[in-house]
Amino acid sequence: MPLDGLEIPGRVAQVNDVEIVTARELGVVGCRRCTQVWPAGTPVCGRCGKTLVSRDEKSLQRVWAWWIVGFMCYIPANLYPMLQTRTLLTVQQDTIVGGAVELMHHGAVGVALIVLFASVVIPLGKFFAIGYLAISVKRRGSASFAQRQLLYEIVEYIGRWSMIDIFVVAILSALVQLNTLAAIHPGPASLFFALSVVFTMLSAQNFDSRMIWDIQSRAMKDA
Amino acid sequence: MEHRLPPQPITDLIVCPHCDAAYKLARPENGHRAVCVRCHTVLISPRFKAGMQIIAVSIAVVILVIAALVFPFLSIRAAGATNAVSILDAALAFSDGPLVVLSLSTAALIIFIPLLRVLLSLYVLIPVVLDRMPARGSRQAFRLAEALQPWSMAEIFAIGVAVALVKITDLANVGFGAAFWIFAIVVLLVVIQDRFMCRWTVWKSLDGLRK
Repeated sequence: MPLDGLEIPGRVAQVNDVEIVTARELGVVGCRRCTQVWPAGTPVCGRCGKTLVSRDEKSLQRVWAWWIVGFMCYIPANLYPMLQTRTLLTVQQDTIVGGAVELMHHGAVGVALIVLFASVVIPLGKFFAIGYLAISVKRRGSASFAQRQLLYEIVEYIGRWSMIDIFVVAILSALVQLNTLAAIHPGPASLFFALSVVFTMLSAQNFDSRMIWDIQSRAMKDA
Repeated sequence: MEHRLPPQPITDLIVCPHCDAAYKLARPENGHRAVCVRCHTVLISPRFKAGMQIIAVSIAVVILVIAALVFPFLSIRAAGATNAVSILDAALAFSDGPLVVLSLSTAALIIFIPLLRVLLSLYVLIPVVLDRMPARGSRQAFRLAEALQPWSMAEIFAIGVAVALVKITDLANVGFGAAFWIFAIVVLLVVIQDRFMCRWTVWKSLDGLRK
């Protein structure tokens, strides 16, 4: 059986010669939480209690559902002000992009770029990446499977980091409360932005990454 | 009614949770890692005396988090006006109207979820490391701790603090309170605690426990 492929650094492992056998082909199902293996058809993992499914076909529906809600929250997150800055004479309301442009005018180009990257590039990139993955498991795309898995892991890892913006707003509005001199208040966009981050995280978590690799198995069978 | 035996676990295989590749189970030596050949997910990563180290780090985290809540976190001064805040003040900054929801979740994300995860892992690990029977509800406890992992955002808050400081240092004088440094250590320890923990080993040690 070509199953001796578990790579253990320090021991010999011939990565390229090994033909991967999936749990489904062996007629077993692995628990996605605790990696315990059970015969196919076992409903619930006896060790950790997670529901066992060989492939979660319905997961794509949940992915798209969270994706859409997340995207809907991202729109008001950009239209409403994120921060309201009150100084002695002026009251200024900044949206995410507006705040970054403001920073640039003040010469803080580096910070402005960080803000733009964390709150515009990463969220939009996440929407594209999750959408691409969800579509690509249905058809053969040009990206390799390892690249798709990498993309998925990046999305799952980076999703949480978009909360930076919310925390920055929290710290600024708690700290900058200098009576009449200056005060910063959070705007309604903060709530929508946080919700958008949470929903996209849930969308990525619901994606069954095993489906990425099924196309590879099928492609190799065809070849 | 027909009585069927419950399905028996297959103990000589391990399946990668990310790509469904199956392998013959071979426990790597301490300090080595068993990695999925296809998608490079780390499956098993045992460490020598990891349990004791994790317990020590966890206890330190609990004490430091409580300390970080008590001491002042940051203060600013500009043109004679000053303001000092604790971590909880920062978390609860969203106080008007519907933003209260955001306040409560921020507090949870940066303090209470990391704290809860550490307490849960103490509850699970202490009996296991001391070679006792796992505590009642250990599986549920560890399950919850694992499910909460993506929602534990202390380290992200730390980066947020850094960005916020860059934004206001031109405008005002910022002072760091004791809680600031304590929180920095907490973030480091939480990351270490997570890195040291081999999920496979923990689940395996809870194997003896029947619900």
